[in-house]
Amino acid sequence: MPFPSTAKLIAIQTRYQLVSFWRIPVAVFFTLGLPLVMLVLLNALFGSSTTETAAGSWPTSHFYTTGLAAFTAVSATYTNLANMVPIRRDEGVLKRWRGTPLPTWMYVSGFILSAVVIAFIGVVLMLTLGVVAYGLEIDPAKMPAAFVTFVVGVSTFAALGMALASLVKSASSAAAAANATILPLAFVSNVFIQVDDAPRWIEILGSIFPLKPFVEAFQDCFAPFVEAPAFNWGSLAFIAAWGVLGLVVALRKFTWEPSGSAPRGRRARRAAVDA
Amino acid sequence: MLAIEVSDLRKNYGDVQAVAGVSFDVREGEVYALLGENGAGKSTIVEILEGHRTASSGRVEVLGVEPATAGRDFRNRIGIVLQSSGVESEFTVREVIELYGGCYRQHLDADEVAGLVGLDEKVDARIGSLSGGQRRRVDLALGIVGKPELLFLDEPTTGFDPSARRKSWDLIERLGSAGTTVMLTTHYLDEAERLADRVGVLSRGRLIAEGTPEDLINKVSGTVVSFMLPDSVEPDEAASTFGPVLGVDVRVSGRLVEATIDHPAAAVNRLTSWALEAGVELDSLSVGRASLEDVYLALTEDEGDEQQ
Ligand SMILES: Nc1ncnc2c1ncn2[C@@H]1O[C@H](COP(=O)(O)OP(=O)(O)OP(=O)(O)O)[C@@H](O)[C@H]1O
Ligand SMILES: [Mg+2]
Repeated sequence: MPFPSTAKLIAIQTRYQLVSFWRIPVAVFFTLGLPLVMLVLLNALFGSSTTETAAGSWPTSHFYTTGLAAFTAVSATYTNLANMVPIRRDEGVLKRWRGTPLPTWMYVSGFILSAVVIAFIGVVLMLTLGVVAYGLEIDPAKMPAAFVTFVVGVSTFAALGMALASLVKSASSAAAAANATILPLAFVSNVFIQVDDAPRWIEILGSIFPLKPFVEAFQDCFAPFVEAPAFNWGSLAFIAAWGVLGLVVALRKFTWEPSGSAPRGRRARRAAVDA
Repeated sequence: MLAIEVSDLRKNYGDVQAVAGVSFDVREGEVYALLGENGAGKSTIVEILEGHRTASSGRVEVLGVEPATAGRDFRNRIGIVLQSSGVESEFTVREVIELYGGCYRQHLDADEVAGLVGLDEKVDARIGSLSGGQRRRVDLALGIVGKPELLFLDEPTTGFDPSARRKSWDLIERLGSAGTTVMLTTHYLDEAERLADRVGVLSRGRLIAEGTPEDLINKVSGTVVSFMLPDSVEPDEAASTFGPVLGVDVRVSGRLVEATIDHPAAAVNRLTSWALEAGVELDSLSVGRASLEDVYLALTEDEGDEQQ
């Protein structure tokens, strides 16, 4: 008897991670619910104004919709993986999987693909709400750029989430580290506020990390003052470079054993490379 | 054919030498049990054999391959029940059995596995709602779902009620007689005595005895005489009182006095005469064949003496 096909195994793994996500209400709320609540609140408070950028101006409600859509994609990948992977490791679930014939890379793929699916659902929900409630206009000519930006972004933030899950061993510290990195960064990355005339150090902070380039590149795909096709190749390359960094760290540092009992070093690294 | 070959295996965790030069073989189809005190190195050895940890030195071959670098085919042929490991608590028993079973070349049906480990009634319950012993049965279910040739069981029945334990013994026995090789660790000597074809006794990372349960029991030649300490004798005087009466050293634990004796008839006669003279009753007096437990206690006592 042969092993089940790779495609089938990855599909099963992705489905299993999705089912497990839907069965954890806090995860669903923080990943998908909270950004929607924030959108409604922010728009109720400031939505009627206009946001000025260097390139042009557009309704603040559209700025929020697209910025929070990008942020949702980041929560679904970076925050979600940095939370769930260490939880599964601490539970001993990762170690159990490593003892089965499922190749470890397929297990990790299921985790990542499920996060991408959740990110996609989140972005579509957010944009739909934007179109229906706030009159956001979708220009079909810019959708290929939006899609490519989404794919590059979620790949990078999934890799960074796995990198964080590899560096921080225990589940509780990993969750804290994920929020402590992404939330402050969101304030300097055009998610909640347009940071055009902010102090210089804030601009620098925003521009060295991949969140702001991703949010901006994604917003450009919906901003009326940006011409189609709206591909922002420079930003995409910069984001992807961060993704490669995340991937390298994840491959070198990933561990399967619960924190505390993990035999660090050679074995763990080789196991990660095998994956 | 040998299923497992271990020679001069050593494992250090920093300064701690958990396994200090262990060699043994397990034949195909054999049930082999490792006994040993907490921290003796049982889990370390078993996890090296499973490929979860690497040896510091020594040679290990399992099903003809080196487990640390073995691939998917190797893991398809083994089943693992770790001493402790979690399982997705949001899923039902059926779901996890199907999920994990689905990555083997062949697997058993979920209802069948649930029946084998005694979870028939809980097959559609979420893992999160199960009791500790029921979760342990899920571990056992996931160990056997892929029809392993070689099954590793690290303290599989810890936390089981007596009937669940008997049921798992039946299951392990049936697997064993169907040709599955089983590598077992346990603290329950009755479990080892009942299940194992051969037993290895591990202490402080060394194998201090090995053989069939009968061999080991015969080595501790003699009969075990035991009784409850009469009220008239203080526990710290028990050894000095009964040693001379029985003619051998006695072991005292709590109020239980035990001695292993080569010629029980005379000794028991002296003991009962002593009791009659002293006018005391010897509660729970029993004379029986040595068990693996006696062997184990004798062996680990010797070890302890040597260390001092
Ligand atoms: N990951 C680890 N890091 C450091 N030391 C360890 C690690 N795992 C085990 N040890 C040490 O190695 C020794 C053997 O541990 P092991 O878990 O193999 O014992 P065991 O025989 O399975 O005990 P038990 O019956 O309690 O399960 C112990 O002293 C333990 O503290
Ligand atoms: Mg152990």
